[in-house]
Amino acid sequence: MATQALFGQLLIGLINGAFYAMLSLGLSVIFGLLNIINFAHGAQYMMGAFVAYFLLSLTGLGYWWSLLLAPIVVGLFGIALERTMLKRLYHLDHLYGLLLTFGLALIIQGVFRNEFGSSGLPYAIPAQLTGGYNLGFMFLPAYRAWVVVFSLGVCLATWWVIERTKLGSYLRAATENPTLVRAFGINVPRMITLTYGFGVGLAGLAGVLAAPIYQVNPLMGADLIIVVFAVVVIGGMGSIMGSIVTGFALGVVEGFTKVFYPEASNTVIFVIMALVLLVRPTGLFGRAS
Amino acid sequence: MSEPLLRVRDLHAWYGESHILHGVTFDIDPGEVVTLLGRNGAGKTTTMKSIMGIVTRRRGSIQFQGRETIGLPSNAIARLGIAFCPEERGIFASLNVQENLLLPPVVREGGLGLDGIFGLFPNLKERLRSQGTKLSGGEQQMLAIGRILRTGARLLLLDEPTEGLAPVVREHIGATIARLKAQGFTILLVEQNFRFAATVADRHYVMEYGRVVDMIPNAQLEASMGKLHDYLGV
Ligand SMILES: Nc1ncnc2c1ncn2[C@@H]1O[C@H](COP(=O)(O)OP(=O)(O)OP(=O)(O)O)[C@@H](O)[C@H]1O
Ligand SMILES: [Mg+2]
Repeated sequence: MATQALFGQLLIGLINGAFYAMLSLGLSVIFGLLNIINFAHGAQYMMGAFVAYFLLSLTGLGYWWSLLLAPIVVGLFGIALERTMLKRLYHLDHLYGLLLTFGLALIIQGVFRNEFGSSGLPYAIPAQLTGGYNLGFMFLPAYRAWVVVFSLGVCLATWWVIERTKLGSYLRAATENPTLVRAFGINVPRMITLTYGFGVGLAGLAGVLAAPIYQVNPLMGADLIIVVFAVVVIGGMGSIMGSIVTGFALGVVEGFTKVFYPEASNTVIFVIMALVLLVRPTGLFGRAS
Repeated sequence: MSEPLLRVRDLHAWYGESHILHGVTFDIDPGEVVTLLGRNGAGKTTTMKSIMGIVTRRRGSIQFQGRETIGLPSNAIARLGIAFCPEERGIFASLNVQENLLLPPVVREGGLGLDGIFGLFPNLKERLRSQGTKLSGGEQQMLAIGRILRTGARLLLLDEPTEGLAPVVREHIGATIARLKAQGFTILLVEQNFRFAATVADRHYVMEYGRVVDMIPNAQLEASMGKLHDYLGV
């Protein structure tokens, strides 16, 4: 086995894992507070990449501006969805939220595919992150290193805010008992709106990170979201650190599977999901409730 | 006569389609400790949740410091200075004791500082890093009361704070209620045990089938024992 190939796949695994982690983190936070399985998450990730593309082609604003603005734009889109549609579903079963967001995902992806086809639009790596480092045992492209480090940073910062700050304690408490938190004087409906906006914004941010790697494609989120749901099931809904660790770990597992048994690389996550569901239905980090 | 702090008139409340409160009327004056007595299912908790805006389908009038609150959402009602300690205590499992204690926002000046709360409940100080739900039942009750003392709320709604607690803890809670009264808090207390209620309260309202049917000043409690036994079926 060439170590070159092994490390190459490890890197690809970490990159995929970075996206799994960021997306499953947002899904998990949204599910915790809103009780909605946000099936539109993949479409919102795709929208992040498109916003970056438009910012560049229409206004000339480059990658770094997109990193800041695209999550805000996509997050605001999420807030509009929450205010006009999702908020009507909170008193119903999870299934209704899933169906609504699934429908929204199909519509959003359909509209983008109609307008832009499905061959993908190019988005260049920012000038500061072209090239790479020769580590001796492998070549490390700078942009890929950046994606792994930056998303890890974003994930850990999110974890820190939720688990260690006052704002996070409101979120955790409202996830457990929104009625009581509201009766303490906290505007829980506004918190729900902002949380959805945040989770969706995180998906948009992941989309910007992905644009230079996978191109900007209307269906880029459609396949990814299925894997991300498997990641969430494996990690267990509602655990922040669980989402992060599981996301990165499964990316790496997938990468190594490509080296050792390539035939299984597309299914390994689903096999793990099935096993976890059999042995520990609440997921590796999930709380039994 | 001073203006009542809380004035409830002809309060009706529903859970979905079930009509639970059928015209509840009572007053609480500033600085009073008042109880709601009544059998299981009489509507005591529902009355508190309606005052707090947790039960959203309600009609009638609830005035706090002269201000009508019947149309307000619960977060706005809390901001006026009313705080609720629920029957099931509502300690958050994903928060440690300190986070539970600091969760309710300060809505007014004049609340207790942490030192004041630890003065009432020294146990809490030792357990700040513990998960909220790892505390004993009595400690959880102390936490549930302690955390609403910080907020500056003038009116405290305590729903069966001694339920299921050992006698010594019950006495501690009773003494705490007396100290809070001495500090000027106004308290509405739901209590099954009227012997306990008699040790802390100024007046008692008796509820039956979603209405207040009687008011007994604490001084007349002894004389009203026969009547109370009938009301409460004890
Ligand atoms: N969430 C709910 N949905 C429907 N009905 C309810 C709900 N909560 C309470 N009830 C009903 O409302 C009535 C009054 O209940 P409530 O909890 O106010 O009584 P209570 O006086 O506090 O009784 P207890 O002493 O048992 O605590 C009861 O008949 C109860 O079954
Ligand atoms: Mg009750």
